Amino acid sequence: MVRPDVIVIGGGLHGCSIALHLARRGIPVTVLEKDHVGRHASGVNAGGVRRLGRHPAEIPLSVASMELWHSIVDLVDDDCGFECHGQVKVAENPAELEILRERVTMVRSMGFTHEELVDQAELRSLVPAISDHCVGAIVCRADGAALPYRTTLAFRRKAESLGVRFLEETRVTSVRRQGAMWQVESTSGRHEAPRLVNAAGAWAGNLAAMLGEPAPIEVMALMLMISAPIERFLHPVIGATGRPLSFKQYRNGTVLVGGGYRGRPNVETNWTDLDFHGLASSAQTVHDLFPVMRRAEIVRAWAGIEARMPDDIPVIGPSRTSENVWHAFGFCGHGFQMGPIVGSLVAELIATGVTNLPIAPFDIGRFARA
Amino acid sequence: MAAGTLRDNYELAVIGAGPAGLAAATLAARAGLATVVLDEQAAPGGQIWRAVSETPVQRRSVLGADYWAGAARVRDFEASGAQYVPGATVWSLARDREIGVSIAGGSRLLKAQRVIIATGALERPMPIPGWTLPGVMSAGAAQILLKSSGLITRGRTVLAGCGPLLWLLAAQYLRAGGTLAAILDTTAGSTWRSALAHLPGFLLSPYFRKGLPMLLAARRSVRVVAGVRVLRAEGRDAVETVVWQGDDGIEQRLSADILLLHQGVVPNVNLAISVGIEHRWDDDLLCFAPVLDGWGNSSIEGIAIAGDGAGIAGVAAAELRGKLAALAAIRALRPGSTMAGLPDEASIRTQLAADARGRRFIDLLYRPAAAFRIPQGDTIVCRCEEVTARQIVETVALGCSGPNQMKSFLRCGMGPCQGRLCGLTVTELMAQARNVDPQKIGYYRLRPPVKPITLAELAALPKSEAAVAAVVRG
Repeated sequence: MVRPDVIVIGGGLHGCSIALHLARRGIPVTVLEKDHVGRHASGVNAGGVRRLGRHPAEIPLSVASMELWHSIVDLVDDDCGFECHGQVKVAENPAELEILRERVTMVRSMGFTHEELVDQAELRSLVPAISDHCVGAIVCRADGAALPYRTTLAFRRKAESLGVRFLEETRVTSVRRQGAMWQVESTSGRHEAPRLVNAAGAWAGNLAAMLGEPAPIEVMALMLMISAPIERFLHPVIGATGRPLSFKQYRNGTVLVGGGYRGRPNVETNWTDLDFHGLASSAQTVHDLFPVMRRAEIVRAWAGIEARMPDDIPVIGPSRTSENVWHAFGFCGHGFQMGPIVGSLVAELIATGVTNLPIAPFDIGRFARA
Repeated sequence: MAAGTLRDNYELAVIGAGPAGLAAATLAARAGLATVVLDEQAAPGGQIWRAVSETPVQRRSVLGADYWAGAARVRDFEASGAQYVPGATVWSLARDREIGVSIAGGSRLLKAQRVIIATGALERPMPIPGWTLPGVMSAGAAQILLKSSGLITRGRTVLAGCGPLLWLLAAQYLRAGGTLAAILDTTAGSTWRSALAHLPGFLLSPYFRKGLPMLLAARRSVRVVAGVRVLRAEGRDAVETVVWQGDDGIEQRLSADILLLHQGVVPNVNLAISVGIEHRWDDDLLCFAPVLDGWGNSSIEGIAIAGDGAGIAGVAAAELRGKLAALAAIRALRPGSTMAGLPDEASIRTQLAADARGRRFIDLLYRPAAAFRIPQGDTIVCRCEEVTARQIVETVALGCSGPNQMKSFLRCGMGPCQGRLCGLTVTELMAQARNVDPQKIGYYRLRPPVKPITLAELAALPKSEAAVAAVVRG
């Protein structure tokens, strides 16, 4: 067996994507995953492939990632269930429409044209089932959605086909620098490599702490729920402006409802407690926006465990305390779409030391005490 | 009783009103605990005493003395002071013992200091080729029709499978005036060897005394084919023919309009798994069962399980375990009190042990054969999403190591039944494909609502703004 050049800790979408892109550059990689690949947020998120509404710092990465999504089969030999019916952010009243108008102006001033303001008539034609009170929306016509677990596993399988080794049920217990090597102790023994990637999601804070690097992670569990199949009434993914919502209907007729209401995670046991008071708020939003949904049967609710940073944007880039360590974590509930580009740019950073993408805002150094 | 009369808090909530739930609630309420019984059925009795207070089947011999014994238990329960809520579907139980329950189309959340889950058993799926054809149904479903509506199936009816309830149903069916074209007994020949050591306990037990006459009655009036090793249902739009092979490998056929299947019962684990209670694979009984202490306490504080949901042991043990769980609740909530009339713990445990001795023989004898548990090829495993055995085995090659990864691909187990009809089949199929123990494979990670509720019902629950996060979304 070839000794890896890089150990990636965390078998979520970002870990798998980094491993795949490193392998494409011919760099030997081992991925250590404490549960199984895609077990947490990567496998059970809402699957939004969305540029719409991104934090300004994320827009360039998100736009670049979208290019990769539109040729995802070339990257991982699987379509990942990606469907491109657009994303729509609805305004429920004139004040919200004004907020959306300002948003589109801001995005255009940055030189991006993917977000487009539409009036009530255009909204109706895109989303015939929307409640009459909605007055307009932002549309990103080339956005869409994919199947998260299938996507994560496709990245893993493609990486494996290029020689990446995946060790599941392998929990990292300590990391230490020994000469030119990182020694990683784990529940499946010691692993060594000169370079290390922290893509450990909600558990990345512990790993950063082992490296003596502050990473003020808040662990969160965003709740989702799904309905029994009903007749197809919706193609794009719907969000709202004044309240949290992520809403889509799959080809099989089931409807997914998410959008930011939180359960209570336990990172030790992997368990998430759901909060039905929060899910009730989520249901109320759907009840108001889509009258057709009122009699739909909700058959399951769940939550995926992930990390959020205080400023709501991720950490991407080299460690500021340890040599030959790179971070990619804290995607705050919106990392799924960025998986392809983050893997590409972190691999580029590791292989060449530079990237053309603007990643300065994601520097972990922003949390260091002055 | 309308949902509106429910309180927000109880000392004890019992979920289910079968033998275990009735025994637990009766005892706890008599001891003064504020007790509510949430029952999905329209009347108390569970499955075994289903509709005992209102069945149209009035000839007592049809359903047998054990069934009618339930009427006295229901009367005791009704006099106990426990609050009974019929038609109450519990769709969520949280670790802090908040219960989500739907009653007459409206949902609400209530809390209890202690919870006893007494949701009983389910029939083990019997996924033979053709089991999804119209006309093929579980024997338990036929029994429900008989008890609650006095109905028996029309046309040529074949009963196939194994287990004590197979013979009980046959006896009830015949006494109700039904006819059976044949009973195809799938009991494996090899199970006798392991069961034999437990024969003496069985011969001394009520299981033998009560079971033998049923078995003999069925054999006197119905063609019974023993040693069935291969079984399938054939037909175009509905079952037309039942095809089987015995040890000789010769294919035999019988035309049939109805095929009733049954190969024992397994704990109904859905609610318990959804709250995160630890379960283990039981290799004798070939199912998952909760890990419990001697009082029925689960791995989650304040939540106990009694009755067949705690491990299949039958009606007598269910009542005894219900009483133990109630005693534990009384001791926890009324520490130090010495109430007259509480049953003696030691005598309950003695009765439980005696009952188990007779049970062991039946468990091992009627351990269903792999051929009827682990299907192959194009046989449907998941009825809701029409997923075949072959498709499930193929996901193992894709890197799926267990049911929870597989379901993301095939949606197997994600339909309205929430895995009740396929969960064990999937676990055993994947265990076989990966050549590992079913314990290692595990079961579906089930999440609430464990029974569907409408979006409007969910939206009408009280909201909490504290639950609102920043507007972030995937």
